[in-house]
Amino acid sequence: MTGWFDENLVSILNGFAIGSLLFILAVGLSIVFGMMDVLNLAHGAFFLTGSYLAVSFVAGGSWGGYVTALGIAALVGLLAGGALSGMTEPLARRPILDQALLTLGISLIVAEVLSIAYGNDVLSVPPPPGLTGSVSVAGNAYPVYRLMLIVVGLLLALVVWLVVEKTSVGALVRASVADRDMVSALGIDNRKVKFAVLGIGSMLATVAGVLAAPVYGARPGLDKTILILALVVVVIGGLGSVRGALIGALLIGQVESLGRALVPEIASFILFGTLALVLVVRPRGLFGSRKLAHG
Amino acid sequence: MSAPLLSLSGISRHFGALKAVDDVSIDVPTGARHALIGPNGAGKSTLFRLVTGSMPVSSGTVTLGGSDITRLPEFRRARRGISQTLQHSSLFLSQTVQQNVLLAAQRQYGTRHAIVPREQAAARERARALLADVGLEGRAGTPVSALSHGERRQLEVAVALACQPRLLLLDEPAAGMSPAESARLVELLKSLPESVTVVIVEHDLEVVFALATSVTVLHLGRVLLTGSPDEVRASAAVQEAYLGTGRGSLFLDMAEPAHLEVS
Amino acid sequence: MSLPVGTPATPAAIASTTPPRTAERRTGRLLRVALPLVVLVVLAAVPLFVAPFGTSTLSRILIFALFAVSLDLLVGVTGLPSLGHAAYFGVGAYAAGLVAIHWTAEGVVPVLVAAAAGAVAAGATGWLAVRSGGVYFLMLTLAIGELVHQLAQSLASVTGGSNGLYGIPTVRIGGTPLTLPGYVYWFVLAVTGLGYLGLHLVASSPFGGVLRGIRDNEPRMRSLGYSPFRYKFAAFVIAGGFAGLAGGLFAAQVRLVTPSEAGFTTSALVLLAVILGGAGSLWGPILGAAVVVLVRDALGPDLDGHGPLLLGIVFVLAVYVLPRGFAGLRDLLRRRPSPGETP
Repeated sequence: MTGWFDENLVSILNGFAIGSLLFILAVGLSIVFGMMDVLNLAHGAFFLTGSYLAVSFVAGGSWGGYVTALGIAALVGLLAGGALSGMTEPLARRPILDQALLTLGISLIVAEVLSIAYGNDVLSVPPPPGLTGSVSVAGNAYPVYRLMLIVVGLLLALVVWLVVEKTSVGALVRASVADRDMVSALGIDNRKVKFAVLGIGSMLATVAGVLAAPVYGARPGLDKTILILALVVVVIGGLGSVRGALIGALLIGQVESLGRALVPEIASFILFGTLALVLVVRPRGLFGSRKLAHG
Repeated sequence: MSAPLLSLSGISRHFGALKAVDDVSIDVPTGARHALIGPNGAGKSTLFRLVTGSMPVSSGTVTLGGSDITRLPEFRRARRGISQTLQHSSLFLSQTVQQNVLLAAQRQYGTRHAIVPREQAAARERARALLADVGLEGRAGTPVSALSHGERRQLEVAVALACQPRLLLLDEPAAGMSPAESARLVELLKSLPESVTVVIVEHDLEVVFALATSVTVLHLGRVLLTGSPDEVRASAAVQEAYLGTGRGSLFLDMAEPAHLEVS
Repeated sequence: MSLPVGTPATPAAIASTTPPRTAERRTGRLLRVALPLVVLVVLAAVPLFVAPFGTSTLSRILIFALFAVSLDLLVGVTGLPSLGHAAYFGVGAYAAGLVAIHWTAEGVVPVLVAAAAGAVAAGATGWLAVRSGGVYFLMLTLAIGELVHQLAQSLASVTGGSNGLYGIPTVRIGGTPLTLPGYVYWFVLAVTGLGYLGLHLVASSPFGGVLRGIRDNEPRMRSLGYSPFRYKFAAFVIAGGFAGLAGGLFAAQVRLVTPSEAGFTTSALVLLAVILGGAGSLWGPILGAAVVVLVRDALGPDLDGHGPLLLGIVFVLAVYVLPRGFAGLRDLLRRRPSPGETP
């Protein structure tokens, strides 16, 4: 057992790194849907935008470039989410599908614009100075940057959890996930909340894109892969649940990483199998409680 | 007296601390015309949903024709002959009147699984007859969205009858109908054969007492009284329940001459 | 059980039995039979007048149209918006390609195997999505589609990986390869025509009626004694089968299958074709498919291969401007002349 553990330690650590990234992505997706009924299929495209911003600004591999990329990505995400909230406003009374289709169209546009601007090659991004090497973890060499990613991811998870569970803003979020009419019942402008929630959710996506760039690089198609993984996490965890997003992200991170390392040809089957298994036992996901609106 | 078709034995439905239906036991014999009355919030509609299976019971058993159906899903109960009209019209809005009835009627015929078009002559003929019975024969090709409120209620009844029910549950079928329309409804329900057992929730006591052979009064989720229409009318407890909730006017209706004529 | 006839119809009911517009109905029925025949004849004559590039584009439109109509059975008729329908198109395309390479390229064999493979794949995965319903259906179909896409990429020994499955031989009829594009086109036209007819029959059958009932009011269907899960699952499998059929034709016509055939962009574009054409009308998505293929394949090269950019813009506009697609436009035109009708 310990032998197996040693052999696959790198994969397990990778799984944690993927898991932290997925959590940052999925929590935005999950809360946006839980609160606002908007299924944002452009989430993956926002992530990829962050990755390409990292390509542009971290070219020399300096901390200045890295921090600039993070800042600009955060700003771009906030603005994109805000714009999206404005665009979905006329569709608020229409079925959920229409809003999903709008974000689907937007994701096609963003992905194509990025491919026009950056080409179709796989672009790599160096980690910032000081985080480029590897350290020895129980006898295995492991990249420092990925360790940092795990730490940052867990810290962000902690921050999000504290905000949602312990603050008054978080109480509003939880209340409106549980009961959709809560926001307007409290006399709060629904559109402002939507703007803020979508803005912050999208910001998490673009920032995750920058954070992930030194690991995954930037390439066409990455947006879809990431979106699907985040959706699987949300489905497994339960829509609107922060705890579910965390558990789901850690689970899927391990399934992805260990699956691809041990049985690369059928890793997709294993991912689907995990999804199916969870849904057979818990049709609304691990922590999903509210009966979903249909349509 | 024949064995009960529908037998509710100690059924309850709780929502947290609220007991919407609390330990209700009712036996409805085959061929009965049984009315459920009671003030708003007495749990009548919830009780219906427990019988049809669209809501699970918290405790108790539901028996239909001698077999326990408490654990059966809604569609299986429907196949055993439970049919209903709902308090709020529940129809297929984008489809025509005839298609609505056909969807209910075709389940009785072998054609419902056909994945190629069928003439469905038998089901169509039945749908036509039912539409004539409820007074919608001229509206077969009209989309439901174009019907008036009263016409939709009539269509509800036709859809419910098209299932060829053993047990027909009617939740305020006459609500929103004109006097002429509800008179026609009473005639139609009276003309149903003995093989169809009817349980009706209705605020219009004129309709209730014109039809019912037995009446159960529900109050705050509990059975206040089950008895013949005369017994119910004479009961002081029933009077109190209505007066106590400020719904005295409902019972005052009964003193009106029009009503007495009916009884 | 027979019910006695009720009291005579009310005057209002009689008044509304205005003379049934039999003449109008007869011309309507004539049009419904004659129009498809005319379209079929015109389409069959195309290779005689149009250059090979035109016929091969038209073949792709026909294939994509069959694919779109199969999705419409789910989206428009049953009310199940799938974001991963390309999975079954891709499965069908790979199945037909593999059969043609390793076994026989004889006419309908690969194509029928493709349809069966699409149906089996839909059956194996669809139960999960259908069981969930609501927004979970959107997310699960999307996930299933992308997983099939990744599978196509990772099973390189079978599928050729990201290079695609190439070397698919030309379709044969009675042992003779169909070398001219015109013959391939006729083959495609015949199979898509039959496929479309099949979908049309399913949609107008009693089974199709039940699907529409589920779309409009699922709880009521349950109370009428129908099990919505079974019907939705059956619809999912049938739609998967016809998508597989379209995929099989794709393999026969293009003779190269890549993982992107099963991917997200293909699923999004076929959904766009359905939405653009008007979900629920089986003819609308055919027009939608024509627009999508023309923009991608005819305008795409001028845009340096970035046709999806234009399609994304069309997508966004369609959501705002054409919520009910081309079919919705026709309804608007048709409704206008008779404002006296009861609302």
